[in-house]
Amino acid sequence: MRAMPEPFQSWFASRGWSAHPHQLEMAARAGAPSLLLIAPTGGGKTLAGFLPSLVELADGRHAGLHTLYVSPLKALAADIRRNLGTPIAEMGLPIRVEDRTGDTSASARKRQRADPPHILLTTPESLALLLSYEDAPRIFAGLERVIVDEIHALAESKRGDQLMLGLARLQTLRPGLRRVGLSATVEDPPAIARLLARHPDPCPILLADPGPEPDIAMLETVERPPWAGGGGKYAIPAVLERIRRHKTTLIFHNTRAQAEIFFHQLWLANSDTLPIGIHHGSLAREQRERVEAAMARGELRAIVCTGSLDLGIDWGDVDLVIQVGAPKNVKRLIQRIGRANHRYNAPSKALLVPANRFEVVECVAALEAAREHDLDGDPRGPGPRDVLCQQILLTACAGPFDAGALHAEITSAGAYRDLTRDQFDACLDFTATGGYALRAYDRWQRLKRRPDGLWELRDPRAAQRIRMNIGTIQDTETLKVRLRGRGRPLGEVEEAFAATLTPGDTFLIGGEIVRYEALRELSVEVTRRADKPPKIAVFAGTKFATSTQLSHRILAMFRQPGWPELPAHTAEWLALQRARSKLPEADRILVESFPFEGREHTCIYGFAGRNAMQTLGLLLTKRMEEEGLAPMGFVATDYAVLIWGLDRLPDPAPLFDPDALRKGFETWLAGNAVMKRTFRASATIAGLIERNYGGQRKSGRQATFSSDILYDTLAKYDPDHLLMQITREEALRGLVDFGRIEEMLARTAGRIDHVVTDRVTPLAAPLFLEHGRVPVHGAATERLLAEETARLMSEAGLDQAL
Amino acid sequence: MNECAIPLLGARLLPLPSGALHWPERGLLAVSDLHLGKSGRIARRGGTLLPPYETRDTLARLAADLDRTGARNVVCLGDSFDDCAAAGALAEEDRLWIARLQAGRRWVWIEGNHDPGPIGLGGSHRAALTEGPLTFRHIAEPGAIGEISGHYHPKAEIRARGRSVTRPCFLYDAARLVMPAYGTYTGGLRWTDPALRSLFDATAFAALTGDPVRQVPAPKPADAA
Repeated sequence: MRAMPEPFQSWFASRGWSAHPHQLEMAARAGAPSLLLIAPTGGGKTLAGFLPSLVELADGRHAGLHTLYVSPLKALAADIRRNLGTPIAEMGLPIRVEDRTGDTSASARKRQRADPPHILLTTPESLALLLSYEDAPRIFAGLERVIVDEIHALAESKRGDQLMLGLARLQTLRPGLRRVGLSATVEDPPAIARLLARHPDPCPILLADPGPEPDIAMLETVERPPWAGGGGKYAIPAVLERIRRHKTTLIFHNTRAQAEIFFHQLWLANSDTLPIGIHHGSLAREQRERVEAAMARGELRAIVCTGSLDLGIDWGDVDLVIQVGAPKNVKRLIQRIGRANHRYNAPSKALLVPANRFEVVECVAALEAAREHDLDGDPRGPGPRDVLCQQILLTACAGPFDAGALHAEITSAGAYRDLTRDQFDACLDFTATGGYALRAYDRWQRLKRRPDGLWELRDPRAAQRIRMNIGTIQDTETLKVRLRGRGRPLGEVEEAFAATLTPGDTFLIGGEIVRYEALRELSVEVTRRADKPPKIAVFAGTKFATSTQLSHRILAMFRQPGWPELPAHTAEWLALQRARSKLPEADRILVESFPFEGREHTCIYGFAGRNAMQTLGLLLTKRMEEEGLAPMGFVATDYAVLIWGLDRLPDPAPLFDPDALRKGFETWLAGNAVMKRTFRASATIAGLIERNYGGQRKSGRQATFSSDILYDTLAKYDPDHLLMQITREEALRGLVDFGRIEEMLARTAGRIDHVVTDRVTPLAAPLFLEHGRVPVHGAATERLLAEETARLMSEAGLDQAL
Repeated sequence: MNECAIPLLGARLLPLPSGALHWPERGLLAVSDLHLGKSGRIARRGGTLLPPYETRDTLARLAADLDRTGARNVVCLGDSFDDCAAAGALAEEDRLWIARLQAGRRWVWIEGNHDPGPIGLGGSHRAALTEGPLTFRHIAEPGAIGEISGHYHPKAEIRARGRSVTRPCFLYDAARLVMPAYGTYTGGLRWTDPALRSLFDATAFAALTGDPVRQVPAPKPADAA
């Protein structure tokens, strides 16, 4: 074992600590051009990342910026600054550490540019902004190391793609730059390593001791899980009991809405008034900070939360993690479990609470996968081109550039290694001229090629606007929720949800029921009069789809002759399904048809995850309508879609013709709202649409128009435009998730079993209780409008024809 | 078409699904806020490069409405161009298209706040136009009677069984009418916005664009939510 230099050795000794082997190993290999450390939560990852920097900076001879630390969370940057402060102060090291995020004051940011600290802690967006300044070469002049924390979380998003393009830029400025990645346990470490390293450099991977096996189980309850739904309300007494028996419990939910409902019900049942808090991304910052501080002081016994607490900050002494609802994804489950016992060498303790009967099967499958360390993840495919367009614009903000050199730099980022010069040129053309078939902007190009061949902004003042648009995170339009007569915001709701409220309606926010009174400026004004059962606010958070791998595990379980590992009620349910119909199989599509309450029903078990099943529902009902089968609506879950209508489906096979489905995806879905939302996201990232800012919205909106108009216009006049291509690409993953439909078609290859019965089958029954029914009426909007306008007219004592 | 008519000082006006206003008795078609050349203006001012197709799309819809109504008189109610330079920067093809539409018609460009000066295209150029009992101008004037204006881009918002539907709309009472924006690249101002709602008395109505056009009472100022 290698030893650490002084004064580090003594400092560790004075605290009674010994460094972990992987921390020493990281220090020993500090010279590597890139290095990836995979360590479980609580494994001292961050210190392992910083030790080499502290050692190199200890002699006080380095001037300017030495180490750049990038994390996905602003809060993490601030937390690390505090944590690094202790060893630096105690060892008396001459090292200046500062953070720089969206929360940093303008004056501090300005000073940091002029006089950068030795260690700068920041986020991908703040780094992108720094790189867009003309003085970027000077700011980063002495940079030696960059540390990317929680790289596994960034690897799955466009924020990570943007960051890696930023690293490519940094490497151009500082060819000797060394890269370090810190990651939680992931399914495919080499994939993360490829993302981190400069392509085609190798990137060694250090695997820390994963620590003891986690102690995970399903929560046993007296009450049986319900047939459908996602709230886990039945488990409240059992959950409260567990909270009482532990110091601090984190209760994870998959959506913010479910967290709100669960928290509300937990309070109603909380007879000994245990201190319990709630934390999610739609709550006001002050409110979240209060909960975080209370948690750090050990004052809370439980925190109901969402993905907002997924990542790395050490807040207090969590000794139990409860996951309510099926985890949908094994990797995320493991990472959440790691939040308990945030100390190395102590097993993490976690309980799963299936929210309904089907989720019992899913939870058992997830538990097995977790025990077998069988993590899931779908390969992400090539780097998205909307992010590339933004990168080209940001590069132009920093100064003139050579197209060939920029293309070479971009392809040094792993995700973009296969980007051809033609693809790059198409993005450059888009940023420069708009890239339209109609060449309308010759005089007003955004970027121009100078006589010496370099590209630059036509109007340097545009840099300011381009910088305002930095980033890849999509903000949905939200409205602040405020108590009447007080300025303090409680949190925010989506504009679309606010639009469904009428004065007097109540809804849940931050665990309280509030009553909607009015819309004032851009705030939803509420009072604390809870005189009606609350509506459920719709929040922006993503609804996760069950991963491909977990779906396959469930299908594999279905093949077993019996299910001793399942609770009796669930095993009996599956046996009944097998007796009455069939259990779905991985290489066949099961279709069931049966009448119920005067309507014909068809249930299709595709196991493609909720987004893809939703898309399948849209496509199949469209085809059924064309064939005169009069579908009236459908509802989708992760594993099935249930369609109801007037006529029985005679033969399902033609519905699954791959070419027809693909054609449906191409043509009919093109007009779908989901495609328009996908377009808006990509168009904003690529710089075609500027983000809306509060001030602009306030000044009246007749000047701004909907991005849907741009989408419709392009679809009509320029359907092959780059952004339409990008939108289709994005739709294959993401919300439309047609990729998973392709996966389903490939594994079933036209093998379809059609079971016709005279009553609802056991496996289909829960679908009747699912929320999110989608009516199928091309004319639904018109009909609703006709109804409502007629009602309003007759209320006014007038009939329609004036 | 399920026709709905708006009576204004004895004139019978037909709001069309596209947002144009037809006055059959006078063979007149009014359109407001075309904002032709908007993408070009944004580009000129260093903004983003929007799909440059809004001018031809707007003209195509206008041509279809002229065809359908056979109107011989056309009133463009101001903000026809996103600015005066946009009128000058019109592509030759679009300029010729406008000339073809103008052939055989009386064509009046009303000045708007975006296009206050004369433009180098056919047709006459006016601050306002009085036709029978009605006066056409860009921005509504307080206390005016029998006035048809544009400028505000009114849009209605209807909530029906949990679904919220937003449409550009005509707003009117017994004294005046405000037209929706006709241009492809235009947004809207909510019908409850005080700047717009205060132009009307309590009995105001809206006619929603879309086929068929639907009429609905406008929310009372107190309901503004």
